[in-house]
Amino acid sequence: MSNPGGIDFSCPIPIVEHSTVQLAHGGGGRLMRNLIEGLFRPAFAGDGPHLPAHDSAVVEIAGGRLAMTTDTFVVRPLFFPGGDIGKLAVYGTVNDLAMSGARPLYLSAAFVLEEGLPMETLRRVVESMAAASREVGVRIITGDTKVVDRGHGDGIFINTAGVGRVMPGLDVAPQRVVPGDAVIVSGDLGRHGMAVMSVREGLGFESELQSDCASLAGLVEALAVLGHDLHCLRDLTRGGLAAALNEIAIDVAVGIEIRQAAIPVSEPVSAACEVLGLDPLYVANEGRLVAFVAEQAAEKALEIFLRHPAAHCPAIIGHVGEIHPRMVEVLSPLGGRRLLDLLSGEQMPRIC
Amino acid sequence: MKYLDEYRDAAAARQLAAEIARTTTRPWSIMEVCGGQTHAILRFALDELLPPEINLIHGPGCPVCVTPLEMIDKALAIAARPEVIFCSFGDMLRVPGSAKDLFTVKSEGGDVRTVYSPMDAVKLAQDNPARQVVFFAVGFETTAPANAMAVVQAKRLGLANFSVLVSHVLVPPAMQAVLASPDCRVQGFLAAGHVCAVMGVEEYTPITARYRVPIVVTGFEPIDILQGLLMCIRQLEDGRAEVENQYARAVRNEGNPAALAILKEVFEVVPRKWRGIGEIPASGWALRESYAAFDADRRFGVAHITADEPAECIAGLVLQGQKKPRDCTAFGTRCTPDHPLGAPMVSAEGACSAYYRYRRG
Repeated sequence: MSNPGGIDFSCPIPIVEHSTVQLAHGGGGRLMRNLIEGLFRPAFAGDGPHLPAHDSAVVEIAGGRLAMTTDTFVVRPLFFPGGDIGKLAVYGTVNDLAMSGARPLYLSAAFVLEEGLPMETLRRVVESMAAASREVGVRIITGDTKVVDRGHGDGIFINTAGVGRVMPGLDVAPQRVVPGDAVIVSGDLGRHGMAVMSVREGLGFESELQSDCASLAGLVEALAVLGHDLHCLRDLTRGGLAAALNEIAIDVAVGIEIRQAAIPVSEPVSAACEVLGLDPLYVANEGRLVAFVAEQAAEKALEIFLRHPAAHCPAIIGHVGEIHPRMVEVLSPLGGRRLLDLLSGEQMPRIC
Repeated sequence: MKYLDEYRDAAAARQLAAEIARTTTRPWSIMEVCGGQTHAILRFALDELLPPEINLIHGPGCPVCVTPLEMIDKALAIAARPEVIFCSFGDMLRVPGSAKDLFTVKSEGGDVRTVYSPMDAVKLAQDNPARQVVFFAVGFETTAPANAMAVVQAKRLGLANFSVLVSHVLVPPAMQAVLASPDCRVQGFLAAGHVCAVMGVEEYTPITARYRVPIVVTGFEPIDILQGLLMCIRQLEDGRAEVENQYARAVRNEGNPAALAILKEVFEVVPRKWRGIGEIPASGWALRESYAAFDADRRFGVAHITADEPAECIAGLVLQGQKKPRDCTAFGTRCTPDHPLGAPMVSAEGACSAYYRYRRG
């Protein structure tokens, strides 16, 4: 192409397919979604009903409904302000079970250890897991250990799988989200991601950021009184609030509208995000959930959040609408609207 | 947050928007030069607050977008070498070169690392004496002083294993290239506040005189941008063409003398290719001969790498403000952040990515 100004317009060639696994395939964004929907789900789903993806699977068994999930934990550093990989491995799986309205019962714990890992480090991680599971009231009843050559692991990788019993009277699943539902977050966003980033990258912010890493099982148990008015729960891990809302908007074909001014973000997180050019709505949490609640039960739900110690500054941030299905819209505090998109992979700090 | 919330105040924004509406009597096209400003405009939906007569044009001030394809290819060639630790700011990692991006090189075994400061790369060079540490020095006048400082520091420390791949570009020559184009529709500029915090404002006076355009040095928060627009529109309505400073809390007329001194010590002005625009004379910085030992281009023999950029997307027209991202037939369909056809779709600051993320609906 050329133009009368003699300026040469140009553009790069697209990278259409990735022939190798990229970090972004695990980033909680669009690439990870493509991997799950394009490879894992077709390979494993069989002829069963195609339900929207959720944090754990629920199956009918004699005498009730059983929720099952699994999660693998890779985090650097292993210990960070407010938590460690052991706590994460317990809370992460417990929280995924709770998102199906289940009371967590049993966990498995599998370790991939790197040759040369100090035994003291492993001991601290295991003690932390034991303390976390005692706190939640879940039992670790089986496990596995593998050791890989030095340089072939990152200290410790942990996989936990868990089962729980779905609480009677609850049916918590994405397909129950309907227009009119209130969207409620259980607390301020972005603490875990920014706490880990501050130590991993040695950013040294003035006020220490603490991870929000915590069990949500007790909170969900408190919410159970809402019964069928509790439509869906999702914990806000990788990809943050933006990923959770987009997944539900896309899977259930609804539009979600949230108000920027209503979204709780603490000042240290907000400041750290400003410095790095990150949006807290995309930053990971490990102890926060978003709830979709029938319109008439929204205030009652908020009351429950406000009284529960696992919630910090909970807020009704928006609602499910009928216009713009499959999209999440944010109302700017200044009056305009913007789209909250699913990122390709992880957020990247900006140049300037 | 102190020093931030007051610049995002809704009541103040509405007042300024009303004042802009009162002041505007006819259509004006104003370019915000910096990608950071473009993002604030779309993120806070500031354009929706403006009267229909005001047309905002998104300028070429996104460092990721304007880095030429051949420079990305050089980075890819260097990063793939086994002895190299290649350090870059995060948002360069996804920018496609001729065949792949830095993320792909990393997944193929290249040691590619995200850093937050060029000084982190200097530290890596100290800690890894057996490896070659290369820093990808991209960006405008804003990132250049820290990059110059890293080179000075490496020289002081006698680090033989540190080098920089320099692709620095300068804002005023790009503004002149936009104005000199026969299709130019820009009638006024919001200049990039942080560039001026380093360089000062004096280099803009000859541009206002030559092209008769008002230039308002502007910050990046909603109130800054609305105030900058109001100042610019007042000049246009009055028939004035002056350099004004909206961002006085950060910008002094003479710039930052310490930063200017180190820039002069390390860099010299050279012609530079801009992705989507082509070569602009005296529009970039390269290392001076006295610092040639730290030039990755020479150290790794990649100077010969050139790349012809195929003309499929309208990135150039978008970067010059002659088209909006939505005017492109590939926008949002064949060109998305996952499969970018052009750099403005890759960078968080790129106009296409900003439209995709905030305005697809």
